[in-house]
Amino acid sequence: MSSLAVNVELPELQNPLMPYLRQDRIPHIWCPGCGIGTSLNAFIRALDEMQFDLNKLAVVSGIGCTGRVAGYLNVDSFHTTHGRAIPFATGLKLGNPDLKVVVYSGDGDLFAIGGNHFIHAARRNMDLFVVCVNNFTYGMTGGQVAPTTPLGATQTTMPYGNFEPPFNLPYLADSCGAVYVARWTVYHVRQLTRAFKEGLSKKGFVFLEVLSPCPTLYSRRNRLGDGVEQLKYYKEKSVVKNGADTRDVGLSFQGDIVVGTFVNRERPTWLEAMNEHFSQRFGDRYQPYGVHRED
Amino acid sequence: MKSVIKGNSAVAHGVRLARAQVIAAYPITPQTSIIEDLASFVAQGQLRATFVKVESEHSALAACIGAASAGARVFTATSAQGLALMHELIHWAAGARLPIVLADVNRAMAPGWSIWTDQNDTLSQRDTGWMQVYCASSQEVLDSVVQAYKVSEKVLLPTMIVLDAFFLSHTHEVVDIPEQELVDRFLPPLDLPLKLDIQRPGAFGNLVFPDRYMEFRYKIELAHREALEVWRQVDEEWGRLTGRSYGLVDSYKVEDADTVLLTAGTPASTARVAVDRLREEGLAVGVVRLRVFRPFPGADLARVLAGRRRVVVLDRNCSYGHHGIFHQETKSALYDLPERRRPQLVGVIAGLGGRDITAGDIAAILRKASHGELAPVSWWNVLQPEEELEAAVACK
Ligand SMILES: Cc1ncc(C[n+]2csc(CCOP(=O)(O)OP(=O)(O)O)c2C)c(N)n1
Ligand code: SF4
Ligand SMILES: [Mg+2]
Repeated sequence: MSSLAVNVELPELQNPLMPYLRQDRIPHIWCPGCGIGTSLNAFIRALDEMQFDLNKLAVVSGIGCTGRVAGYLNVDSFHTTHGRAIPFATGLKLGNPDLKVVVYSGDGDLFAIGGNHFIHAARRNMDLFVVCVNNFTYGMTGGQVAPTTPLGATQTTMPYGNFEPPFNLPYLADSCGAVYVARWTVYHVRQLTRAFKEGLSKKGFVFLEVLSPCPTLYSRRNRLGDGVEQLKYYKEKSVVKNGADTRDVGLSFQGDIVVGTFVNRERPTWLEAMNEHFSQRFGDRYQPYGVHRED
Repeated sequence: MKSVIKGNSAVAHGVRLARAQVIAAYPITPQTSIIEDLASFVAQGQLRATFVKVESEHSALAACIGAASAGARVFTATSAQGLALMHELIHWAAGARLPIVLADVNRAMAPGWSIWTDQNDTLSQRDTGWMQVYCASSQEVLDSVVQAYKVSEKVLLPTMIVLDAFFLSHTHEVVDIPEQELVDRFLPPLDLPLKLDIQRPGAFGNLVFPDRYMEFRYKIELAHREALEVWRQVDEEWGRLTGRSYGLVDSYKVEDADTVLLTAGTPASTARVAVDRLREEGLAVGVVRLRVFRPFPGADLARVLAGRRRVVVLDRNCSYGHHGIFHQETKSALYDLPERRRPQLVGVIAGLGGRDITAGDIAAILRKASHGELAPVSWWNVLQPEEELEAAVACK
């Protein structure tokens, strides 16, 4: 080991976004080149730029590498069971309608074991912001086929390539009634930050799909190189098409990626619909739930 | 052929040799490599079967129930949260009398999330009508999977093969993998007496009124009683073919023992090391391992334990508000012994959430017990709430 002759005093430097993280939980578990951290960075930037009141925010995760987000964020967070983030979040939102509730989880968690909850929350227009980090695989359990794995991609339970067609997630969310649907990759950090801001400001069921590399399992098994190689792929093959028909945005193995804001519409949320329904039925005798009276 | 393989691979080889036809499963640590091995056996044509990675454990067992009802030999594997999610269908599989074999890698339940071993996941399924076999070596795991199909298909009850997370699932050991031809001789193809068959239409899963429900349930109980004998015979037959049999309870140096440790799973192997050590110190100690837990071999337990001075039951589980589950069960098995032959019983809870149970721990437990210094019920190697607070503060 060589030693430096001069002893330079460096000032203590800290990333200005550090207070958003539970520093006692760092180092995190994510692998080098993993995109989950990049997505979290965009989320934190959005919170910071909006000066979002953190006392009004709750983040709910299911289980998986992405599910760890809830544990690292220094806000009220809830690490739930595999697949059930949305029902936990629904309860949280109904129990305290003042909260902005963000569900942050993986593709396997939200669309395999939790798929039923996703379609029903979207149908009801439950006021939740659902962020799915889609890495085309089950990261945490070691790279099994997911409901998002592109046709032909190899996974441990599909050793000679996947033959099950994957979901087109924006189309699924759109057709179930989500009021805002967007997709970006972790290469698009600025657009992603903006989408997080839009999602945080929007009322109703919001869905943001974030494509993210899993170099350790998905890329390695499919010989796609490291995290940087995946970012190059995102850069070269992404086409921005805001307002695209979600039927046309399905993904194929290393094929083109349509990104953008596909859906942005208005629809009463579940709570609004309930309050409206009972107010019509019972008039003044009904006291709307979750609405603060000025008196 | 002898190979050095993990407990999980031993499960997969057992399933391959048993020629399972439909495998439906969902990944969960520490079970996942079982189904990954099976997926490759199927993909490479080493096992002619359908493998489907479904969208949850609930779906996995539902698919197995469907396939078994059509007469196929089926398999699934899971752990902890996955097994809990299956619970509704666990009852169903036994109630429908389907000979399903499931491997559960014992893992602690959340919350606090833990991937490490304890027995509360499988013991929570105790009263569902399934048979349960707790294994202590990879060889036993493979052999038990094959035996389980034979027993299940004879008595028409499903079986859970249980192995400890990591200590058994991920530890490599020498395993003698039998030839296919030998297993074929032992286990004929499945021919269910009653199955969904378009030639003989029938309706399964119908509503049953109070005038019949109890009879269905009584038959499950009768099948369990028969199963005790069937396990004994099947295990002996396997022994004649391979030289390996395990019994329903497996004992080590108990004949002249004064104090006996009773447990299930891999701590029983660790206990043998402790027993050898203590015997050198002149203590008359032994180990009994409960292998088949359901059907419950109460008479066998009473027979091996009768006349011992003391029995220490080591539970890697807890029925909160009461005590260790094997402790309670052993107590019930010993109650009918005449008082002078009935051992004094103490229960120790240890190793929850994968906390190591070393030979040193077991030796210390046995030493204390031999000197009559163990409370009737206790927790081993656990911090008291005030100590835990201090430890947490010290960490910060
Ligand atoms: C009921 C249940 N089944 C299975 C598991 C095991 N498990 C943990 S994470 C996971 C999949 C995670 O995949 P994904 O949601 O895509 O998250 P990623 O790790 O890829 O971010 C599974 C199957 C579990 N915890 N609970
Ligand atoms: S396994 Fe994949 S998803 Fe999980 S942390 Fe590593 S790179 Fe990220
Ligand atoms: Mg994933």
